[in-house]
Amino acid sequence: MPVLDRKLLRDALRMWAQILAIALVMACGVATIVTSVGAYRSLDETRSAFYDRYRFATVFAGATRAPLSLREPLSRIDGVSAVELRIARSIILDIEGMVEPAAGMVISVPDAGEPSVNRLYLRSGRWPDPARQEIAVLDSFASAHKMVPGSRLSAVMNGRKRLLTVTAIVLSPEFIYAIGPGDMVPDPRRFGVLYMPRSALEGVFDMAGAFNDVAIRTQRSARLPDVIDAVDRMLTPYGGTGAVERTDQTSHAFLDNELIQLRAMATVIPPVFLLVSAFLVNMILTRLIALEREQVGLMKAVGYTSFAIAWHYAKLTLVIAAVGIIVGSVSGNLLGRGMTRLYGEFFSFPFLVFRQSADLYAIAAVVSAVAALVGSGRAIWGVVRLPPAVAMQAPAPTLYRSVLSGVPGLARGMSQLSLMAMRHLLRWPIRAALTTLGTSFAVALLITALFSFDSISYMIDTVFFRTERQDATLVFASPRAPDALQAAMRLPGVMRAEGFRATQVVLRKAHRERRLAITTIAPDADLARVLDRNLAPVAAPVAGLMISERVAAILGLSVGDVIDVDLLEYGGRRSKAAVSAIVQSYVGLAVYMHPEALDRLIGDGPRLSGVRVALDTSRLPELYAAVKSTPAIGGIALQAVSRTRFRETIQENITIMTSVYTALAVIITFGVVYNSARIQLSERARELASLRVLGFTRGEVSGVLLTELAVIVALAQPLGWALGWGFSWSVVRGFESDLFRIPFIINRSTFALASLVVVAIALLSALIVRRRIDRLDLVRVLKTRD
Amino acid sequence: MNERILHAKQLTKIYRSGEVDVFALRGVDLELFRGEMTVLLGPSGSGKSTLLNILGGLDQATSGQAWFGDLELTACSERQLTRFRRDHVGFVFQFYNLIPSLTAWENVALVTEIAPDPMPPEEALAMVGLQNRMGHFPAQLSGGEQQRVAIARAIAKRPDVMLCDEPTGALDSSTGVLVLEALSRINRELGTTMAIITHNAIIRQIADRVVSFRDGAIVETSRNAKRLQPSEVSW
Repeated sequence: MPVLDRKLLRDALRMWAQILAIALVMACGVATIVTSVGAYRSLDETRSAFYDRYRFATVFAGATRAPLSLREPLSRIDGVSAVELRIARSIILDIEGMVEPAAGMVISVPDAGEPSVNRLYLRSGRWPDPARQEIAVLDSFASAHKMVPGSRLSAVMNGRKRLLTVTAIVLSPEFIYAIGPGDMVPDPRRFGVLYMPRSALEGVFDMAGAFNDVAIRTQRSARLPDVIDAVDRMLTPYGGTGAVERTDQTSHAFLDNELIQLRAMATVIPPVFLLVSAFLVNMILTRLIALEREQVGLMKAVGYTSFAIAWHYAKLTLVIAAVGIIVGSVSGNLLGRGMTRLYGEFFSFPFLVFRQSADLYAIAAVVSAVAALVGSGRAIWGVVRLPPAVAMQAPAPTLYRSVLSGVPGLARGMSQLSLMAMRHLLRWPIRAALTTLGTSFAVALLITALFSFDSISYMIDTVFFRTERQDATLVFASPRAPDALQAAMRLPGVMRAEGFRATQVVLRKAHRERRLAITTIAPDADLARVLDRNLAPVAAPVAGLMISERVAAILGLSVGDVIDVDLLEYGGRRSKAAVSAIVQSYVGLAVYMHPEALDRLIGDGPRLSGVRVALDTSRLPELYAAVKSTPAIGGIALQAVSRTRFRETIQENITIMTSVYTALAVIITFGVVYNSARIQLSERARELASLRVLGFTRGEVSGVLLTELAVIVALAQPLGWALGWGFSWSVVRGFESDLFRIPFIINRSTFALASLVVVAIALLSALIVRRRIDRLDLVRVLKTRD
Repeated sequence: MNERILHAKQLTKIYRSGEVDVFALRGVDLELFRGEMTVLLGPSGSGKSTLLNILGGLDQATSGQAWFGDLELTACSERQLTRFRRDHVGFVFQFYNLIPSLTAWENVALVTEIAPDPMPPEEALAMVGLQNRMGHFPAQLSGGEQQRVAIARAIAKRPDVMLCDEPTGALDSSTGVLVLEALSRINRELGTTMAIITHNAIIRQIADRVVSFRDGAIVETSRNAKRLQPSEVSW
C-alpha cells in the first residue's frame, strides 16, 4: 500500500467519529433514494405484472340492464381486444360473530373457464359450481374473517338472505386496494368482494341474458377517448352511466396516489441530506487541510505533484462517501424490502416483484460521491493553489473584526468571553450561516413529519365532526319516494334521519370535463352539512351547484359560471346548471345541490337515494339486524366505524413516519452540531487552553465554544420553522389528488416540539464536546505549534 | 570538484507586505559546486532561506536567474519545478516537517516511492543511525531523532543536492552535533552536494566554504583551510 494511502487510513481512523457522523447523514440520502425509488419500482413492476398476467381492464362502464347481444358490437370497437360482460351489484354481508353488517360487491364470473378480462388469481380452493350456492371470496376479506374453502357466509342479495359456501379464496387486479363505501382507508373486515358464476347470479338478480357492468381490455395502440365514446354510444340506451379509464378506477387510483407519494419522497428528501453532507465534508476537510498545511507544503517540497496531493484528500472524501454509500445502500435495501412487503400486505398482490436494480445503487453512489467531492472541492483547491514555500510556514494569525466595539452599551453588556464567541462567529459568516442552515434542515424535517398529524386531525375534525356527522349512511337498492325517509325513521335505534339523493354526472365546461356524483343536502340538514371556505355552514341555495375547491380548480370554475351537466343514470341527458358557491371539501370530488334543485334537474319527481342517520348506540345490534333483513336497503356505510378505523390507520402511519423522520433529524442535527463543535475545538484548543491557564474555569471556557453553538442553534429555529412550513406546503400540494386533499395546518405545538427535539440533540452533542474540553491537556496543547 | 551544480545570477526577491516592499534578496550571485559542503551564514531575515527556497524550486524569484546545471529554474513551470524537486533535491527543515501519522520508515518511503532511483528506506535510516527506530511515529522520537528521520528522507532519493534550512535550529548542542555528523557523513560517503543554512557561526567550521549574508545580500565568501569534524565543535 502506498505510504500516502496509509496516512489516509490513519487519518480516517483518527477522525472516525466525525467521518461516521457525516457518512450517516449521507447514508440517509442514499437510503431514501434506494428505499423510495426501490419501493416505487417494485410496486410499479408488481402492479404491471399483475395487471398483465391477469388481464386488468383498461375501460370500465356500467349500465342499468343491457342485453348480452352487445358483446359482438362492443368487441368490434376499434382497439378493443377483450370484453367481459358482468353482473355486479352491491350487497350486504352478514358475518357470523360480527354485529355490524359488512358492505360487499358481488360480481359474476363465467360458469366455465376464466374471465377474459380481470382474471382472478386462485390463492386456494376450487372454482365455484354454478349449480350450487358457491362463491369465491376476495382474499383480504377472507383473511380478516379467517375464512377458508368450505366456510359459509350469508349475504343479503336483492332483498333475500342467502347462505353461500366459499370454495375459493382469490385475488383480483381490480381490488388490489379494496375500499368500501364511505370508508377513507381500507377495512378488510367490513368490505368484501364475492365472485359467483353467472348462471347463479342471473337468477338472484333477475338478469338472465343481461349485464350491468362491462370491463374492456384494449390494445396498446387504442385511442381510449374514442373507445369510451363508442362504448357510451352503445350503452346509453340501456342506462349506461358513462365509461371511464383506469385513472377513475378506485383501486388503481389509490395505487397511483401511493406511487406519486413515493416518487415525491425520492425527489424531495435525498437532496437535503446530500446538501448537508456536502457542507459537512467541506467543513471537516477545510479544517483538516488547514491543520495539515505544513505537511502539504512538505509533500510539495519533496516532489509530490499538486494533483497527487489533491487526489490524496479527494480519496479521504471518497472514503467518507464510501462508508455513507455502503451503510445507505444496505439499510436502503432492507428498508425497501420491508416497505415493499408492507405494501404487499396492505395491497393485495399475489406476488411481489422486488427489483434489485444495480443502476439505482450506482446512481445513488455517484450522486453522493459527487456531492461529497463538490463539498470538498474548495478545500482541495486551496491545497493545489498553495505554493510550497508558503504552505510550509504557519498561517498568519486570523484577522478578527472589532465587532461591537463601536456599540459601547452592547459591548459592555457582554463579557470578554462572550465577545470572543461572537467575534469568532462573525469571522466565518458563511460557515456560521451554513451550520445554521444545516441545523434548520433538521427542524424542518421534523415539522414536515409532525405537521401531517395536525393536518389530519383537522381534517377529521372538519370532515367528520362538522360536515359528515352521521353515524351511518343507508343506501337504497334503487331510488325511492320521499316516504322512505319515514320508514327509515322507524328502524330501531334511529334518532334522526335525513334523506339525500345522489346521481352520477359528467360536468363540462368548455373542453374540460369530470365525472363525479352530485349529492343533495337539505337546507335544514344537520347531520351532513356543507361548509364554506371559512368553515361556516352554508345552506344549499334553491338553484345551482355548490362545488368544492378541487372541482373548481379542475374545471376552472368560478361562482356564476353556467356549465353542462350530463345525467349518466338518465341516458346521458344534458342539462345546464350554474355554480352558486364554492365550498370546502377534503375528500373526493364533492358537488352538492338543494334536493328540489336536483329533482328539478332530473325531472322525475322527488326521489331519495338513501338516508343519513344518527344512531342510539345502545340499539346498534337491533338496527344491524334490521338492515340485514330489509330488502330495500342495498348498502350501509358506517361512518362511526370508518372514523375509528381512519384514526387508527393514520395514527399507525404517523407513528411510523414520525419515528423515521425523527431518526433522520437526529442524524442531521448530530452530524452538523457535533462536527462543527469538534472543528471549533480543534481550531481553538490553544485559545481555550490559554484561558484555562489564565485561571478561567472549565465551565467558563466551555462557555466560549458553546455560546457560539447556542447562537447557531437558536438562529436555526426560526429558519427551520420557515423551511418546515415550505416543505410541508409542498407535501400538501404533492399529496393532492382526486381522492383526497390534506388541509395545510401546522399547530404551534408542532413547531415547539420540532425545536425541542433539535435543541435536545444539540445539547447532547455539546455535552460530548464539553467532556473533551474538560479533558484538554493544557501543557501539550500549548506546546504544539498551531 | 569544480563542477558547478547550482548557481544564481542577480537573484532578487521582493515580498509585498501591506504597503511596503520588503527586499528579501537584493541581486545575489552564488555558485554551489558538486560534492562541496557550503554553509550559508547570517542572522535571521538576511535572505538565506529565501535564496535556498528559490534554488530548491520552492519559491519564485522576482528577478534574476537560477540554474541547476543547464536547467534554468527561474524559467521553469510549476510542473517542471515539481519534477526538479522530486528528482534532484533533498530538503531538511528546522522543524523536521515529518508527517505525524506516518512512522519513521514510512516518512522515508513517502519519498522513495516517487523517486526514480532511491535507496531502500531502511538503508537511509541506517545511515543516520536509526535502524532500530524505524517503526516509531514522530511523536515517539526525540527532536534529534526526528531531524535524522528528515535527513534520511532527504538522502533516500540520492539527491544531487541537499538543502538544509537550520537543521540544528531546534536542537541542543549535543543533539545538533549528532545531526551534523549525519550530514557530514553523507557528504563524505555519497559525495552529495550540501548547503546548510544556519545563524550559528560555530557551524561554519565544518564546511568547505562559508557564505555570509546580511540584509538580503552576500557580504563575504570564504573557504576553510581545514574542515572540522562535527564532533570537534560545540555551542
